[in-house]
Amino acid sequence: MTLNFFNPNKKKSSGVRRINWLRIIVGLGALAFLIYRAIILITRPTYGSVFWLSFLNTGLIVGGMYALIAIGYTLVYGVMSLINFAHGDIMMLGCFAGFFTFEAFDAWKIGDSNFMNMYPGLAIFLAFLAGTGVSMISGYYLEKIAYRPLRNSPVRLAPLISAVGASIFIETAAQLMFGATKKTYKNPPLLARGSGWNIEMGDGMIVITKTGVFSLILALILMIGLYIFVRKTKLGKSIRAVSQDKNTAQLMGINTDRVASQTFMISGVLAGAAGVMWGIHNGLFNHYVGFLPGIKAFTAAVLGGIGNIPGAMAGGMILGIVESVGPAFLGIDFQLKDVIAFSILIFVLILKPSGLFSKNASTQEKV
Amino acid sequence: MYFQIQDLNVYYRAIHALQGISLTVNKGEIVALIGGNGAGKSSTLNSISGVVDITSGSITYQDENITGRATDQIVRKGLVQVPEGRHIFPKMTVQENLEMGAFLKNDKAQIQRDMERVFDLFPRMKERRNQPGGTLSGGEQQMLAIGRGLMGDPDLMLLDEPSMGLSPILVEQIFDIIVDINSQGTSILLVEQNAQMALAVADRGYVLETGEIVLTGSGLDLLNDPKVRAAYLGGDSDASESGSGAYYF
Repeated sequence: MTLNFFNPNKKKSSGVRRINWLRIIVGLGALAFLIYRAIILITRPTYGSVFWLSFLNTGLIVGGMYALIAIGYTLVYGVMSLINFAHGDIMMLGCFAGFFTFEAFDAWKIGDSNFMNMYPGLAIFLAFLAGTGVSMISGYYLEKIAYRPLRNSPVRLAPLISAVGASIFIETAAQLMFGATKKTYKNPPLLARGSGWNIEMGDGMIVITKTGVFSLILALILMIGLYIFVRKTKLGKSIRAVSQDKNTAQLMGINTDRVASQTFMISGVLAGAAGVMWGIHNGLFNHYVGFLPGIKAFTAAVLGGIGNIPGAMAGGMILGIVESVGPAFLGIDFQLKDVIAFSILIFVLILKPSGLFSKNASTQEKV
Repeated sequence: MYFQIQDLNVYYRAIHALQGISLTVNKGEIVALIGGNGAGKSSTLNSISGVVDITSGSITYQDENITGRATDQIVRKGLVQVPEGRHIFPKMTVQENLEMGAFLKNDKAQIQRDMERVFDLFPRMKERRNQPGGTLSGGEQQMLAIGRGLMGDPDLMLLDEPSMGLSPILVEQIFDIIVDINSQGTSILLVEQNAQMALAVADRGYVLETGEIVLTGSGLDLLNDPKVRAAYLGGDSDASESGSGAYYF
């Protein structure tokens, strides 16, 4: 509704199937280039297998975070046909909440030690609780303030513009409140950054970090939890019902406003968890931390078919892996990995706007 | 008065869709609301369900004014609409669709009993309980839609064109079930283009034309009324130039 280009099948073909030459040329061109690179890499390998495995490792970790954020885009799109471009900033708020929780625990002296060293597990748990809680509440108010008043707006782009405005507002507010300097997460000793296991391979070693393993496992648990939630609980089913047929869901007595709020809160929880993971794993962050992950997760959601929850999960993982493997595979500079993510967005929108996993945009399951 | 609409006016921007409609339903009745395309039948039901904005007029149900209430509150009171075109949740299983019908119910045991009742009425639904609603045939979807409405434990059921797009045999079946539901104590307001079937089962009927009620009477009287026969039943009087074919198909 908001963005029509997600629904290419809206214009029904009138019998004759037109050939989209642009798609074919772009698709074949991209395919040819990928095959060319693959041949080059096989005949003249620049990287050993250990490198590829460590790229994969990085990709899985960041992919888990993308997936968590992408679910938020997809859920909100399913229920409200709206792309919540402030979603990355909700994640940023969660990141800050976790940061301040750890700071507080670090400053809380107990005898010679402090709370963080004495109860690291509890500290981590409470940091995630704070991060998800703050993001959940922010999501709730974001919907209420920035989107609900515009729901019946005759200007179709109004919610989208409001989303961009909300994003800038949250970023600037965080900058004013917390300062623009980069901050460093204080991890509890249990999850000290950089610590982990070194796996020796023939031509080097792979570093498996504790923070990475922890993030990936937690992300997977949250994704499985969300999937079960959406399938089995009444609230989850009502979210699916609204995303499939809003008017009828209303006739069943489902309060669609409340479902919208709940959807934003669930998205917030997942984004907040991703925010704290981001802090714990990467360490450095500031008020812009949500921007790139936010739009990359949007790419992931589009990649998996916007509105499709398993699609968003898979899209996030795929994007994370492609982004970290990509620069080596394409033989480009590693700093260009962001370019890869957005090239994927463009290619998906040209080649398969309904996403990788949907056969048909009009019959796909949103949520 | 059990259920009453008084002087209901609804506008869609500049279009005056309902022009002062008044009707009543008594407890235990089947009341048919018939009329052609665009006469305002669905608008009437949607005003009752609180889906469209009412410009003026009042809707009272069990001596309570429910005009302009939110849809979930209206459903909670037992006014359940089965929408036109069935509108099954296509990717949810039959059972999940039925559960959504009971969204406002919290008593699990009662939901289970209601579901058994629906399965008794529609044994086919029990066979297909784990199949996505979108894979059912049109007739099955209509049965599911009615079953889903029953899950809301309606006191007054608002049925919007249950016969739409179904074969004559299926239409007969659906109407048998409607009579059956009614005999179990649910009052029914039935909107139909299939005037023949609707008036045959209805205690009373209203004929709606371009937003106004033009005729009212008992089901049998209307069925035998020459004007109704001409306009909606492809009847034998010479008034067939009023476009019977356009109304009844």
